[in-house]
Amino acid sequence: MPRVLLHSDANSYYASVECLYTPALRGKPMAVCGSAEERHGIVLAKSEAAKARGVQTGMAIWQAKKACPGLICVPPDYELYLHFSAKLRRIYESYTPLVEPFGLDECWLDITQPGMRLAEGERVAQELRQRIRRELGLTVSIGVAENKVFAKLASDLRKPDAVTVISAENFRSVAWPLPARDLLYVGPRTAEKLAHAGIRTIGGLALADTGMLEYRLGKNGVMLQAFALGLDRSPVRAGDAREAFRSIGNSATPPRDIQTPQEARWMLHLLADSVCERLRALGLRAGQVSVSLRDGDLAGHSCQKILAHATHGTGQIAQAACKLLEERLLPLLPYRSMGLHCGGLKPENAPVQLDFWGEEAARAERLDRALDSLRYRFGPAAIRRASSLADTGLSRVELTGQRVHPAAFLREGCVRYDQP
Amino acid sequence: MTNRDRRNPQKIYLKVRADHLPDGRIVPLMFRAGEDETVRIDRILDVREAPSLKMGGQGTRYTCRVAGQEIYLFHDRDRWFLETQ
Repeated sequence: MPRVLLHSDANSYYASVECLYTPALRGKPMAVCGSAEERHGIVLAKSEAAKARGVQTGMAIWQAKKACPGLICVPPDYELYLHFSAKLRRIYESYTPLVEPFGLDECWLDITQPGMRLAEGERVAQELRQRIRRELGLTVSIGVAENKVFAKLASDLRKPDAVTVISAENFRSVAWPLPARDLLYVGPRTAEKLAHAGIRTIGGLALADTGMLEYRLGKNGVMLQAFALGLDRSPVRAGDAREAFRSIGNSATPPRDIQTPQEARWMLHLLADSVCERLRALGLRAGQVSVSLRDGDLAGHSCQKILAHATHGTGQIAQAACKLLEERLLPLLPYRSMGLHCGGLKPENAPVQLDFWGEEAARAERLDRALDSLRYRFGPAAIRRASSLADTGLSRVELTGQRVHPAAFLREGCVRYDQP
Repeated sequence: MTNRDRRNPQKIYLKVRADHLPDGRIVPLMFRAGEDETVRIDRILDVREAPSLKMGGQGTRYTCRVAGQEIYLFHDRDRWFLETQ
């Protein structure tokens, strides 16, 4: 049975919510930016007026102001964006229980019903778009298609406040002329490899020799070709909040560069404290730790490590991160910013392999839980590491909280496609 | 906490007296407009989710009749504000 899937994407999400709450900003070139004083001054989102004058997400504030003199910069309010994300989600769930979030501002919806055609899906999408505009004052772009990949592609085609259909009849004329880079999971590196093979469009990818794609891109090449041919069969998974996390992490740019190995280790402990507290609060254990950093020239580096046992223990995660630091990253000092992310997340009630040091791990876990409960009751400063009391000049570090990474589309066993 | 909104100083949050019904609905009964002026809501004509285009914000919008006039009273994340039509 052909499916009817929608992909709804809230347009310029952070910027739209800010304009909704500040009438004086409407219609003006504005951007939501990180704090320049704390040295994360980049554009996180921009209004349509700013976009028209060349402001792009990820630009440094000074670059954005050069491109668009008079640009108004406002700080982000993540709590408000989460609140609106939940409101959007409630509206989606009044149409179908099968709603899969992809970040804060994007969702897939499976609205399939027996005998339903895409034209009917388009009507529902129009109703949904109008309802979100009427009730929330936000605009969304909705893509309608028989699979998730084309639904996402369609939602990117016309913005803002529009509905676009990619059907079995029109995908060759609508999707195929688009650059291969527009397809989900074709990143800059893959696009480069495809360009080397002379493939620049989605149509080129669809019609390429499968053996050649497999040779150049491995299994991913075959998967991407299936996507380009409209053969993606991945289901829309009603994600509960826990499933929506692919990784949990924090990063921080301290007021001055991190100069010494000791400061770097101190930073990792601080990050591990916050990341592990969130892992425990969500009832998850991590199987993988990754450390990322930006050096003095703003070049990014990262490395990761698979843990012997999945854990949410602050001590174990911090230890693994410090080991990565010592083995791989110390020559890159000084660092401008550091981040710690935990992946390979599993529910904490999943079976775990016990080891001889189980008793010690259980004690460490009880200690972590006790610290969490103290901080929950008396605030984050109620109990701290002694090392954090040393005057390192980094004490004004503010962690960027609530770093939510979209649920992975490529989760294990989640992507299905027919072989081209 | 100040009563003025940090994004839009024109928007002033109000003290409201309301009934909280067992089914979760909230029915505003009266609000404090100035220093001592209490305004009674005569009738609620409509309740819906809506953005406030004039004041900025979004929430449950109550269309109320007050002294023969229609006003919009918004309930946004536990705070109340007024938008005159």
